[in-house]
Amino acid sequence: MKKVLSVRNLSKTYGTGCPLCIASTGPEAETNVCPHCGSVVAIHDVSFDLYEGEILGIMGESGSGKSTIVKNLYFDQIPKSGQATFYDTDQTHPLFELNSAQQRWLKNHRFGMVYQNPHLGLNFNISAGGNIAERLLMSDLMHYGEIRQRVKTLLARTEVLLSRVDELPRNFSGGMQQRVQIAKALATQPPLLFLDEVTTGLDLSVQARILDLIMEIQQELNTAMIVVTHDLGVIRLLAGRTLVMKYGRIIETGLTDQILEDPQHAYTQRLVASAL
Amino acid sequence: MSSLILDVKNYSKSFHLHEQNKVIPSSHDVSFQVHAGQLTALIGPTGAGKSSILKGIYRTYLPSAGRILYHSAHDGCIDLARSDEHQILALRRHEIGFVTQFLHCLPRQATLDVVATPLLQQGMRAELAQEKAKELLNAMNLPERLWHISPATFSGGERQRVNLARGLISKPRLLLLDEPTASLDPKTAEKVMGLIQDLKQHGTAMLAIFHDPNITQQLADHIVELSPPPALTTLCQEKQIA
Repeated sequence: MKKVLSVRNLSKTYGTGCPLCIASTGPEAETNVCPHCGSVVAIHDVSFDLYEGEILGIMGESGSGKSTIVKNLYFDQIPKSGQATFYDTDQTHPLFELNSAQQRWLKNHRFGMVYQNPHLGLNFNISAGGNIAERLLMSDLMHYGEIRQRVKTLLARTEVLLSRVDELPRNFSGGMQQRVQIAKALATQPPLLFLDEVTTGLDLSVQARILDLIMEIQQELNTAMIVVTHDLGVIRLLAGRTLVMKYGRIIETGLTDQILEDPQHAYTQRLVASAL
Repeated sequence: MSSLILDVKNYSKSFHLHEQNKVIPSSHDVSFQVHAGQLTALIGPTGAGKSSILKGIYRTYLPSAGRILYHSAHDGCIDLARSDEHQILALRRHEIGFVTQFLHCLPRQATLDVVATPLLQQGMRAELAQEKAKELLNAMNLPERLWHISPATFSGGERQRVNLARGLISKPRLLLLDEPTASLDPKTAEKVMGLIQDLKQHGTAMLAIFHDPNITQQLADHIVELSPPPALTTLCQEKQIA
């Protein structure tokens, strides 16, 4: 099995930070706000590996640092410390040592991101098709006919009505906007995909179809994915392995069925016991 | 003497429930072996930790103590109790099958797809995998009119057959069976026993729990009897404060 991503000791703090931040935050301190300087320790000392075709789940309550991990890896934020290595087909990229042009290149060509909020992932001033075309252009596809064809294939794959290709995303339902976002993320067939609470807030039937779509994509393209969610059902359905986060720390990792059936940490036990 | 596939040494499992501040003992100091082409049956009263052993081997439970030495096809001897998670996932995909007590599947997935899943995960073409699923469901007497709907609406016996078919289809190197013949009528149970015998002939090592002593007698090459676990313990005062 091929490793796609390796993350070591990733940390991110909002605020100035002080020498006492780390010791006075975390699950034992039951806070991620440093009482001495008021900084927020969003994540601390996060390490994990991701393999080809694998779906890794990250679960935890709001504010536990789940999204911060993917935002740092997708270069939406700059980490305080830590390393991340992306193993591409023929070369390896030390993510946080690249310059911004190199980071943008990876973002446009090799990574995909689907946000909970479609406003972050889509440009609402251009059509659904235009959104995908934009990404194809950034990845150096220049021929109009080819772009148009590829856009249609992608939207058909994610079950967006082709008659609506030229409409603005604002006219779409929430589920449809997520499908356009997924089509956009998949446009360059990235080997690594980040999914941040993609089904949160959608109604059940729409959730189910989007989750099915994600599973199909994983089988077809063997894409490695990191799925951030607070929904145990999503974790159970998609993820082979799961990280459990609390107050910015990983408190437990394991095979998903083991995390759900035999959780070790007190917090995970409470979380699993709260499932509906 | 057929080759050793699984060697369980002093396996124990207990559950530490933080909220209730209790340790629930389950399997306790269990040792046994499973060989290729043979079936080892676990017997003992309810709560003796039979299922816990199967789940510990599959790593749905994290073993508390002991070693679970699995002799893999290509990677030598692996301690399943401590092995890397990626390695466990790979073994689940290619070598170790588990027929759980109850079938878990999506209420929108057709029976044929449920049964074909293990083959698809190994990379087999969809049409071929479906073909094999049909063969097996036929052999299990599951009427064809049910193949294209989800097992969610099935009777207990029908569901159990789908569950078994999914476990048998990839002819795993090691198969764990948790009450596979419960809720089957005698005729179907007979058929299922035939399929289990076939798979033994094929060389699959099996570790099984049967609710019916007669079936255990008929299918098992080795029988391991488990005794009930020691009494429930409440953690000491210091831990309560922690």
